[in-house]
Amino acid sequence: MLEIKNLHVSIDNKKILKGINLTIISGELHAIMGRNGSGKSTLSHVIAGKEGYEIEGEILFNGESLLGKSPEERALAGIFMSFQYPVVIPGVNNTYFLKAALNAKLKANGQPELDAMDFLSLIKEKIKLVGMDESYLSRNVNDGFSGGEKKRNEILQLLTLEPTFAILDETDSGLDIDALKIIANGVNQYRNSERGILAITHYQRLLDYMKPDVVHAMIDGKIVKTGDMSLAKELEEKGYSWLID
Amino acid sequence: MSKIIEKAIDQEYKYGFVTDIEQDTLPPGLNEDVIRAISEIKNEPEFMLKWRLKSYRQWLKMEEPTWAKVDYPPIDYQAISYYSAPKKKELNSLDEVDPELLDTYTKLGIPLEEQKMLSGVAVDAVFDSVSVATTFKDELEKHGVIFCPFSEAVQSHPELIKKYLGTVVPHTDNYFAALNSAVFTDGSFVYIPKGVRCPMELSTYFRINAAKTGQFERTLIIADEGSYVSYLEGCTAPMRDENQLHAAVVELVAHEDATIKYSTVQNWYPGDPKTGKGGIYNFVTKRGACLEENSKISWTQVETGSAITWKYPSCILKGDNSVGEFYSVALTNNFQQADTGTKMVHLGKNTKSTIISKGISAGKGQQTYRGGVKIMKNADNARNYSQCDSMLIGEQCGAHTFPYIDVRNPSAQMEHEASTSSIGEDQIYYCNQRGISTEDAVSLIVNGFCKEVFKELPMEFAVEAQKLMGVSLEGAVG
Repeated sequence: MLEIKNLHVSIDNKKILKGINLTIISGELHAIMGRNGSGKSTLSHVIAGKEGYEIEGEILFNGESLLGKSPEERALAGIFMSFQYPVVIPGVNNTYFLKAALNAKLKANGQPELDAMDFLSLIKEKIKLVGMDESYLSRNVNDGFSGGEKKRNEILQLLTLEPTFAILDETDSGLDIDALKIIANGVNQYRNSERGILAITHYQRLLDYMKPDVVHAMIDGKIVKTGDMSLAKELEEKGYSWLID
Repeated sequence: MSKIIEKAIDQEYKYGFVTDIEQDTLPPGLNEDVIRAISEIKNEPEFMLKWRLKSYRQWLKMEEPTWAKVDYPPIDYQAISYYSAPKKKELNSLDEVDPELLDTYTKLGIPLEEQKMLSGVAVDAVFDSVSVATTFKDELEKHGVIFCPFSEAVQSHPELIKKYLGTVVPHTDNYFAALNSAVFTDGSFVYIPKGVRCPMELSTYFRINAAKTGQFERTLIIADEGSYVSYLEGCTAPMRDENQLHAAVVELVAHEDATIKYSTVQNWYPGDPKTGKGGIYNFVTKRGACLEENSKISWTQVETGSAITWKYPSCILKGDNSVGEFYSVALTNNFQQADTGTKMVHLGKNTKSTIISKGISAGKGQQTYRGGVKIMKNADNARNYSQCDSMLIGEQCGAHTFPYIDVRNPSAQMEHEASTSSIGEDQIYYCNQRGISTEDAVSLIVNGFCKEVFKELPMEFAVEAQKLMGVSLEGAVG
């Protein structure tokens, strides 16, 4: 589903990613763990299509190159990112925003768009899955939301838009244990054999609940080791320094 | 400045304009003879000429004000022609109209027949007699509503003109009001009799019968006891006029238990996007008097055009329990400048005013909001709520706020809120990542910002206003 080949990324002439190779097959959940500054978020944004990076290498999604496609083209192709720092959009109603996003996707796929009533029924079901109450539907996008609420809102969007590939960029940062369980539960509900997930995280905790298929350790712009859950446990115990040697 | 936003700004404001052949235009220049000529051409009664001359002599004594935060080259008042006859329509079909202009009309959802009227195409006789227009006229007559061009009212209802003209905006009020009072061309006159709720938005009717809007418009709306009227001026369609200076005066009078709702949607040519030259100067004096108890006047405006906008629709709350409201969205882009706002003067007891002003600046646009709230000594229990929100798009624009609060009665309650926000790359990127295009994202954010004001517009116009923001942003997103 997602193939990254020899990806080198710089920003303002500073090299951040130094030859990333990664393949994710449908149905797999890959986790990337690494210190701050290892380039994890840069990788997320480069896949999502954010501007401002100098890129060499290849990113293929279902066999087609993503490079040169705008973020909205990539989104409509089925890529979703749960932001590490979700943006506040004052004045724009949360429900209205999500409806616009879902209808953009339906339209791109040649399907009929949902009207306000149908969408409202749909979203009321989805918010239960992330433990949010209906008051969030009348609030503006992330406006006045706590850190945890913002992350839940991201997962709400994931469950509503049902993308084929989801990047979870530090979805667990700033969450308490209960919130963490709810988020993980939401993600697990989303998972199926047709969908791929790339989860970026510092902590093993989230992975306990989400159970990745593959775990990668990233240091200084490179993936230095690949394994499974046992690698995650080892990193939790020993830190990252043993990998640098 | 970021590439994403820069790219969106660079699309040009597209307009098309067809010039009609002129007839009967007075040579440029202003003096008493010109004024006498205007009055004679219009066949006005003596009192009207006297009033014009009085105003002209007053104007000569006054100095052009310079306190507004707007910059413009000096106006040569002798280089303007103060009268031109209504122009003949020259085109035979829409095929002869600039397709880009038609495209804009379509985007704004303007119906085909109206497109013809706006672009100067002769309208089918059939359409005219099938007349939506005639049907409306009959409706209005049934209710005793007077709605006609101002110049007609001067002839047919001189007693009303004499009674009310200049009572809300005296000819001495300000420089441009004095000028307008001397040389006004035409405008609307509305009178709603006691207890009558005007059966339709005076907008639709007005648009279908729109005479070409004049340079110095004069409008007078009177709502007698217990009556209601909703009046809409302007058009979302981009309007170009070779006359650069527009100095209109609008007076509203609400008697006991009466309500006047006055909405404006303006999209005058804002000037060349690269140089700012050639745009319309919109210097308007608008004021409403809530003369008696329980009366209410509300101003709603959406302004996206003009090179320079200088206007403060205001309310004088004289009657006890009277209510004044001001809802405004102003968009300035490229080189546009706006110094606008409102004045609420509380005189009676238990009066209430609400001000919600939304300013959007983009490109090199400069916007200034001036809100004046005056609570006079005997205005017991006055209440005011003011909210002034600015949105900045890009890094070269500006928004300035000058609230003036003058309270002379200790029982007054005042609330003032202000906010500034911007549309950043991050927000656009977030929307993009959700599959929403940049254009749609800006539109979404701006409409969310404006919705408090849009919901005050007559419904059909709220939809057009949203589309107008979209179109202005398309050519003007910054």
